[in-house]
Amino acid sequence: MDLLTASMSDTRKAIAEKKVSAAEVTKYFFARAEKLNPALNAFIKLNPDCLKQAESIDQKIAKGENVGVLAGIPFGIKDLLCTKGIETTAASKILTGFVPPYDSTVVARLKNAGATIVGKLNLDEFAMGSSNESSFHGVCKNPWNPEYVPGGSSGGSASAQAARLVMGTIGTDTGGSIRQPSSFCGVVGIKPTYGRVSRYGIVAFASSLDQAGPMVSTVQDAALTLEVIAGKDELDGTTSSRPVEAFSKNLSADMKGKKIGIVKEYHNSELVHPDIRKTYEQAIETLKGLGAEFVEVSIPLTKYAVSMYYLISASEASSNLARYDGVKYGYRSDFKDLSSLPLDEFYAQTRAEGFGKEVKRRIILGTFCLSSGYFDAYYNKACQVRRLLRNQYDEAFAKCDAIISPVTTTPQFKIGTRVYDPLKMYLNDIFTTSTNLAGLPGMSVPFGLTSDGFPIGIQLTGHHFQEQKILNVAYALEQNSPVKGKTPSVY
Amino acid sequence: MSDSKFNKDVIQKIANLARLQLTPEQANEFSEQLSKIILHFDEISSINTEGVEPLITPSEIEYTLREDSVKQNFHAEEMVANAPDKQGNLFKVPPVV
Repeated sequence: MDLLTASMSDTRKAIAEKKVSAAEVTKYFFARAEKLNPALNAFIKLNPDCLKQAESIDQKIAKGENVGVLAGIPFGIKDLLCTKGIETTAASKILTGFVPPYDSTVVARLKNAGATIVGKLNLDEFAMGSSNESSFHGVCKNPWNPEYVPGGSSGGSASAQAARLVMGTIGTDTGGSIRQPSSFCGVVGIKPTYGRVSRYGIVAFASSLDQAGPMVSTVQDAALTLEVIAGKDELDGTTSSRPVEAFSKNLSADMKGKKIGIVKEYHNSELVHPDIRKTYEQAIETLKGLGAEFVEVSIPLTKYAVSMYYLISASEASSNLARYDGVKYGYRSDFKDLSSLPLDEFYAQTRAEGFGKEVKRRIILGTFCLSSGYFDAYYNKACQVRRLLRNQYDEAFAKCDAIISPVTTTPQFKIGTRVYDPLKMYLNDIFTTSTNLAGLPGMSVPFGLTSDGFPIGIQLTGHHFQEQKILNVAYALEQNSPVKGKTPSVY
Repeated sequence: MSDSKFNKDVIQKIANLARLQLTPEQANEFSEQLSKIILHFDEISSINTEGVEPLITPSEIEYTLREDSVKQNFHAEEMVANAPDKQGNLFKVPPVV
């Protein structure tokens, strides 16, 4: 079997039938990660203990014991998720040296299902960014062309997956951080419904928006991974007790009679790059050819989504990041003498040295929005409009099974070419942020190529807890994708 | 809100609230950038939201009761193991009172 292209379920089957050992599979990917990572910087840290994990899977199989559905499948984990005994930094200097005494629920569930943890993946600092350039551990590269960004914030996950340094990765998405890098690197990424996957043990950025999800090679692998990590967790009170469907078994590419929504407000948006527009139109034609019906829906408040997103996410971040104080874990300024040091200076200096610029900018914006005198005009107002936005989505989904759109307005860009420009930032995130605000599931599936030969994803958005519906549409697109079988240059 | 609401003095005041030292250059830069963002946000203020309850979380909140029993027990040593400076099982900090 060719491990470079094998699916998770085929690999797991081969391991269970002793055609290949879990140790061989993990060793193969670990060696690949060791070899290719210096050029990509996708991993912040590799975990050599994964080989021991794999050996214990083989021992269980030898004894005839039951093993999980991901037995022997090597995963990379975004370094925002706590991993017991493995340094977890959120790509920030302020978490330097933090070794969690526990696993996040997502990682615990992957391990219980038999997955091996190859290492921790690069990201924008505290997941704040869309290019992976704000990482304290250096920029990560796009395997399709290392001069380009992989996207972000889950850039390491997308890069490692596209280069197949692992069989699967986990990313997180607060405003597009799974979907945008998935699109930029040509992998399948799904941000589940808010409440579908536990946030326990995930370094918090914006608690009402954050969700973790799979970033993998195929829709089938995404469905399988989601089944493993989803579901009620008593350690996260916002998780839903709704049953988790057998997403991977239920996959169906039958599009006859399926209703796909086209959002009137951005269907003909001039902001969209011609290559992306072409891919979007091609995806619509393909689904029409498969028997899907198209309906126009209207969500006028998406126009304000990015404004709402930046204010709400910055507000929540400023509160969440108050915990980094140089006392309990991570970085502390090198103070010579604590005995005469004012406490506020101790905090302010440690935080000034520990946080990067983008993080500081968002802490300032968020603190402002939550401060006395501005709370009602900004945070509260944004949350009111957020409810109206969600209501408009409810109306739209009364008419359709899934909404189709581009993922981003512009394609991959070269490292170091994006200077901080709030307006550009707004334009690029218009398709992804409203999904998080409304708590909806959204995913990116590769479907086109730019004239420069980079992959382009298509975004599918579903109603709350309707992951199966968007997975099915993605499955249909995947089977008819013009980029099927195309791989990046590092292969 | 106009740009003046977000001048560099305001930025410094907010930075103090957030316990974050900023250089004057950073305060200047943030003042300019964040003014633009706030200006962009002002488009929202015209939307009528009278009587709309703010949506602070999109989850279906399920209030459930559970037994108040100990499920997971970290040892004190584990909890302080990551501290930059400690004495025994205590965090070492500057004088607080």
